[in-house]
Amino acid sequence: MKALSIIETAYRGTLEEQDDTIVWITHAMKGAGANLDVLLRGNAVNYGVKTQDASGLVFGAERQTQPPRIAEDLAKLVTKGVSVYVVDEDRADRGIEHAALIEGLETIPRVKIAELIGKYDQVWHW
Amino acid sequence: MTTQKTLTFALMDPPYENARSTTALRLIDIAARRGYKINVFAYEGAVNLPFAKQSSHANAVHGRDVDQENHPLPRKWIAALMNEAKSRGGSIDWVNCGLCVDERGAGEAIDGVRRGTPGDFWKMAEASDNTLVIATR
Amino acid sequence: MARYLLIESRDPFDNNDVAFYGELACNLVREGNEVTMFLVQNGVLPTRPCGRSQSLTKLAEAGVKVLADEFSLRERGITVNGLIKGVIAAPLDIVVDELASGTKTIWH
Repeated sequence: MKALSIIETAYRGTLEEQDDTIVWITHAMKGAGANLDVLLRGNAVNYGVKTQDASGLVFGAERQTQPPRIAEDLAKLVTKGVSVYVVDEDRADRGIEHAALIEGLETIPRVKIAELIGKYDQVWHW
Repeated sequence: MTTQKTLTFALMDPPYENARSTTALRLIDIAARRGYKINVFAYEGAVNLPFAKQSSHANAVHGRDVDQENHPLPRKWIAALMNEAKSRGGSIDWVNCGLCVDERGAGEAIDGVRRGTPGDFWKMAEASDNTLVIATR
Repeated sequence: MARYLLIESRDPFDNNDVAFYGELACNLVREGNEVTMFLVQNGVLPTRPCGRSQSLTKLAEAGVKVLADEFSLRERGITVNGLIKGVIAAPLDIVVDELASGTKTIWH
């Protein structure tokens, strides 16, 4: 079985969880032997931006010591053999230059999404 | 004789915050009445759906006492769905993502709920006729 | 040719990502697939004739089967007789039928 996880919602609980929970579950499933790829669309295309920095969160004396490092988590997925696609128009709509993205992401035009999802047995829109 | 179908659902919403939780249970109800084998992977807030400590309350705005209000408790709905599935020759295997349970303190769940991992979700999906992910927003 | 069931729970009044899903449905039809869009929850709100309902009629004209959850319609006081052209009221059972038959099903 081959699955495509479409990640759309961005920065939902990422500070509390210290990661994006869908990028995280993708890592966990991959580690358990899953055959899956990722499509970033909507605001989630921002996850590929190199310069994200969520460090420094403090509540009273409680200091966050492990801020989310989502771009790094995506890069690690790529090194594990997960194809990570980014919808090109969503990137452009948000003013994100190609050079601002981490290495290893594959941009795909919106019109090709239909063809892409046809290649997978399961398509999960998170 | 029709073959029993196996469906897997991944849920993420906690109770009472969104219509998705109820729609998900409606789908599971339909599948349960058909005697399907149903897997549920509860991720993030959804681990609170079968939380054992949910309790009813009165509703002064509606002028109803506890009994009259009969406030829905998702844990009761889920228990009823498990019974329904079983009575029809099917089953519901409800797996709460363990780390999600830990961080939410949702360890006390109703009978029939077990703790698991994302690997369980993948295995469930692989062994199913189909899988539906109902994510949160 | 594959079968797709796209479940739309969002509405265009609150969420402009609904347009993406309609576009995906049309592209899937163009690729030769059989596509059903099942509206549920607030996704049924544009089924009354209104400024945002044309996109649903256009989907139906493009070959997408557009169904609306009977319960969600009733919950919102939208009568079956008042639905815009191209949308048909249907029970949620259809979703389980499609899942059981292996239709690629995606929730939006």
